[in-house]
Amino acid sequence: MRIYLDHNAGSPMRPAVRDAIARVGAAAHGNPASVHRSGQHARRALEQAREQVAALIGASARAIVFTSGGTESNNLAIFGAARAAGGDRRRIVTSAIEHSSVMAPMADLEARGFEVIRIAPDRDGRVNPEKVAAAIDNGVALVTIGLVNAEVGTIMDVGAVARKATRVGALFHLDAAQAAGRIKLRVEELSCDLMTVSAHKIGGPAGCGALFVRPRARVAPSMLGGPQESGMRAGTPNLIGAIGFGVAAAEVSGALEDERARIAVLGDALLEHLSAAIPGVRLNGARNGRVANTLNLTFPGVLGESMLIALDLEGVEVSMGSACAAGAVEPSHVLTAMGRSAAEARSSLRISAGWSTTANDIAHAAEIIPRVWRRVAGAEPAFDAEALR
Amino acid sequence: MSARVLVAMSGGVDSSVAAALLCEQGYEVVGVAMRLTAEASPSSAVRRATCCSHEDFEDARRVAERMDFPFYVIDLRADFAARVVGNFVSEYLGGRTPNPCVMCNREIKFDRLWSRARALEADFVATGHYAQIERDAGGRFHLRRGIDSTKDQSYFLFTLGQSELARTLFPLGAMTKSEVRERARALGLANADKPESQEICFVPDGDYASFVERAVAPAEIRRGSVVTADGQALASHGGVHRFTVGQRRGLGIAAGTPMYVSEIRAATGEVVVGPRDQLNAAGLVAGQVRMVDPVWFESGEVRLEVKIRYRHPALPARLRMLTGERAEIRFEHGGPAVTPGQACVFYRGDEVLGGGFIERAVEA
Repeated sequence: MRIYLDHNAGSPMRPAVRDAIARVGAAAHGNPASVHRSGQHARRALEQAREQVAALIGASARAIVFTSGGTESNNLAIFGAARAAGGDRRRIVTSAIEHSSVMAPMADLEARGFEVIRIAPDRDGRVNPEKVAAAIDNGVALVTIGLVNAEVGTIMDVGAVARKATRVGALFHLDAAQAAGRIKLRVEELSCDLMTVSAHKIGGPAGCGALFVRPRARVAPSMLGGPQESGMRAGTPNLIGAIGFGVAAAEVSGALEDERARIAVLGDALLEHLSAAIPGVRLNGARNGRVANTLNLTFPGVLGESMLIALDLEGVEVSMGSACAAGAVEPSHVLTAMGRSAAEARSSLRISAGWSTTANDIAHAAEIIPRVWRRVAGAEPAFDAEALR
Repeated sequence: MSARVLVAMSGGVDSSVAAALLCEQGYEVVGVAMRLTAEASPSSAVRRATCCSHEDFEDARRVAERMDFPFYVIDLRADFAARVVGNFVSEYLGGRTPNPCVMCNREIKFDRLWSRARALEADFVATGHYAQIERDAGGRFHLRRGIDSTKDQSYFLFTLGQSELARTLFPLGAMTKSEVRERARALGLANADKPESQEICFVPDGDYASFVERAVAPAEIRRGSVVTADGQALASHGGVHRFTVGQRRGLGIAAGTPMYVSEIRAATGEVVVGPRDQLNAAGLVAGQVRMVDPVWFESGEVRLEVKIRYRHPALPARLRMLTGERAEIRFEHGGPAVTPGQACVFYRGDEVLGGGFIERAVEA
């Protein structure tokens, strides 16, 4: 039996998504840009998916640009905003705990002469909105913030940030890849100009995402070619991906509150059980003001890498930090930004539940994780690797 | 339930075949690749020559996928830096010539990897070494040479004692290299014809002196003079780490007869050179001596054979234990150049009895 608790990395495809994709695959669909009837069928399916994704975030369908995923959406938002900005706006405001698809474009823009202001989080993984707002002035081209942190699950309070960005005319981008399906998203209430969402984080297919672009927001396209996606993203759209994304979005939208309550019960039960069974285990990220599906825990006296592998061999799939190109795990930059030592970050694992997680899964995980922790801690006690250097 | 075995995989053909053979024998195989050094940059010309590269791990991963066993990359960079690379550098600075492969086996594969194996409830650790382990009727374990005499790697494994040997598997010990490659082709492994790695993995360009110089502050470099045995200075040199006993080239001196390094005195920075016959030692003193079976410690003087470098033949010698994990070895028929820092491994025929690290030569 496999217990999949890595939904923040990617949720398994929902059965309804699999069915929809199988149906599309079986039908002979044309290119949505083609004039003929097959093209018209394809176009209708694509536009229906666009409406479903738009409904997920309370946007109008014409503001949705389909992309290849969260990374492309973030790149399009950031580079698009930077390239369209006037010469008097050479600053970007972000946080120190963003996803790599935000961090890497930031570093690139920095090398091209932009000034990047990265607001550090507090020890609980919260980025103070007043600090972010204070860094925003009329020299700022873009403010880009993750709405829900992928690693610790903290929810960003963006009201003050949005108000300040709007007042000074800076674009406001929210990376909501981890927020979709976990909290209610309404682009009007959040007052953002740009929002990233990703299909496979909500049980759609990997390889499809979307960027909400508020009408008249000045964003330059990165992919040039045909007029697809209102000129914001040239290239024949990934129809199968978009259809799957649409179906997943519709499922999420229809059951958000019930699902949130269900996951909260499971997440809280697992946290309670592990806290009782493992002396000294510590939750990373604020106890309140975070999504309940994500538990980032520091396990005392073990290497997270060993725990991760030992759990996998027992059928429990979790994650740690991010994988390097070679497949080894690196300690989380989010945890070190929160003030954890490298050794603490190396002893931490992320457990993330989702739509496919059952009470039975959680009961098994609650039994297996403490048992594996005791064994790993006894066999291979963690030491402070930094002290050895 | 079948026994679980943790197989250390480098991405090379040997460890790949070792893992595949264990699968066929019914073990529950868990493959691990050890990340020991930082990745070389993609533009580096020497990248292909070293292990621990992304491509090597992918080669290992492909084998795991083909044979359908789980595979993980584990990060042992901090341990490797502290226990193997650090030792390598300090040995060179101390005027000795280290053998990091022996250290890596002792400190990483059969120590850190063993802890990991226990954490993962593995019963055995396996590698692609060419060496054999046998259990006798009395339950004692014996370490023997691999049957392929050109590939035999038992020299690097002398630090393994009874408890390690009991939980270690060397599936290639009874195979030749060409049989291993043939097996890899038959199994359809993509790396069947991959070239051997030759150099020390963390110094892929083979330039040990530059590596040492990059690793330490300039003040730690022991500069000094090249001198004759009677103390006559012939030249100055850039550091004792640039020399090894027995070295002939690159001494920076012009002499009528060929001159060889016979001794390195790190404390004074003196590198002693002389004609070839000055190299010959009557024996040596080894430290950190381990015996595969402790019974050998109580045997008084033992006649055996010693290998004082990996590529040297084993020489007949007599061993006598001294105090403090030391042993004195005397060659039966005069001796070759003895290089402090190298492993000195004790054999009797095919069997490894133990070994240690050469501390100094013993004059006649």
